[in-house]
Amino acid sequence: MKLTLKIWRQKSANAKGKFETYTVEATPHMSFLEMLDVLNEDLISKKEEPVAFEHDCREGICGTCSMVINGEPHGPMQGTTTCQLHMRHFKDGDTIVIEPFRASAFPVIKDLVVTRDSFDRIIQAGGYISINTGQAQDGNAIPIEKETAASAFDAAACIGCGACVAACPNASAMLFVSAKVAHLGRLPQGEVEAKRRAQAMVKQMDDEGFGMCSNITACEAECPKGISVENIAKLNREYLSSALGSETTV
Amino acid sequence: MSWFSNFLTSSIGRKVVMSLTGLFLIIFLVVHLVGNLQLLAGDGGKAFNLYAEFMTTNPLIKTTSYLLYAGILLHAFQGWALWRKNRKARGSKGYAVKVNKVAGTNSFAASNMGWLGTIIFVFIAVHMYQFWLQMKLGATPMATYDGKEVKDLYALVSAAYENIGFVIFYVVSMVVIGYHLVHGFQSAFQTLGINHRKYTPFIQGLGKAYAILIPLGFAVIPIVMYLKG
Repeated sequence: MKLTLKIWRQKSANAKGKFETYTVEATPHMSFLEMLDVLNEDLISKKEEPVAFEHDCREGICGTCSMVINGEPHGPMQGTTTCQLHMRHFKDGDTIVIEPFRASAFPVIKDLVVTRDSFDRIIQAGGYISINTGQAQDGNAIPIEKETAASAFDAAACIGCGACVAACPNASAMLFVSAKVAHLGRLPQGEVEAKRRAQAMVKQMDDEGFGMCSNITACEAECPKGISVENIAKLNREYLSSALGSETTV
Repeated sequence: MSWFSNFLTSSIGRKVVMSLTGLFLIIFLVVHLVGNLQLLAGDGGKAFNLYAEFMTTNPLIKTTSYLLYAGILLHAFQGWALWRKNRKARGSKGYAVKVNKVAGTNSFAASNMGWLGTIIFVFIAVHMYQFWLQMKLGATPMATYDGKEVKDLYALVSAAYENIGFVIFYVVSMVVIGYHLVHGFQSAFQTLGINHRKYTPFIQGLGKAYAILIPLGFAVIPIVMYLKG
């Protein structure tokens, strides 16, 4: 299949970028990233600069691949990361527009690559458990209700790719932060510091310059892991109760 | 900063202010509509004028009305501040192609709350100038019921609604309010953290019904008064 690609090219963080048009010969069996690999091989053989894009596991679990394909983060398929998106979902002769994630807190550093350090700093602020959880426990050594475990697991499915920010008209990171807060706070090991965590992560999120949640739900619609905005309500609850009800007065 | 100002200036705190003022205005609209429906009583404005007299002289209602003005201003200015911050967060470089998918909200309303709210603010300014300010400045004709002289707000309103331009302006504004409410109603609950499988379907249903019925009730008044002449 022959495709026309309109790809955002930008030499460096401060350079002015623009769209370049390429044609590529792909097969329906290729993943989207493999199709870009083919394009890059071609560019290299012509002594041109290959398109920079991020990728790592290529099996949909690391959250590294980040691009907006035809106006949607991770492309048109629901619950699918870019690396798991296959070319069979496109037609011969299609024109595909590929852009980097756009948000002030995700500046473009080259072509389709943005820096998501802001997410790392949010995790550093509170997205962890600081007590010693010891060795791996025997199954059911710590009893956790089925529904609680399931909802924590649903939130834990977040791979931190940033598609929620890219999709949100406000570039809000609430879905990401809420997934981490809901995931860690619902389990006994993480519950201990749930209040402090919600405060610290929201503060860092605000400092990074992400937007505010208007409950538009574009994040949930575009999330490759189907994280629900119910988590945002959970974060709001956790934040309200810790802001208004915790013992600390700062 | 104190813990309280930290809370109020955090992203979630700011949204909570929007949510609480929004819910306050939602409750106000019901009271306002019930009062205004007396315009259609067909008694030459007696019920409405006596009601208006009560609403403008009762000290408890007067105090509440100042809270209401504060609520409107807080909701509007906070909304504009959030709108500005969100645009800044989105960045100057937009997408060349953008698909607007959402999960269970009204996509148009949800992504245009700032514009819808701004139109509503202009509407409120015109509305207040036209009726509230005219009444306060005393340019109102008087009516006498059972020996009691009260301002004839009914005459003011019915004169305004003889103008088709105003009727259209009011009806269009009600459509805008309807869209603002269809997102705002359920969004207010989500911001307060009230999203629960047991209650959310009810809240969303109630929100949709409210967003249609309340603006419809308001829109009916100028239409009927215009047709009656």
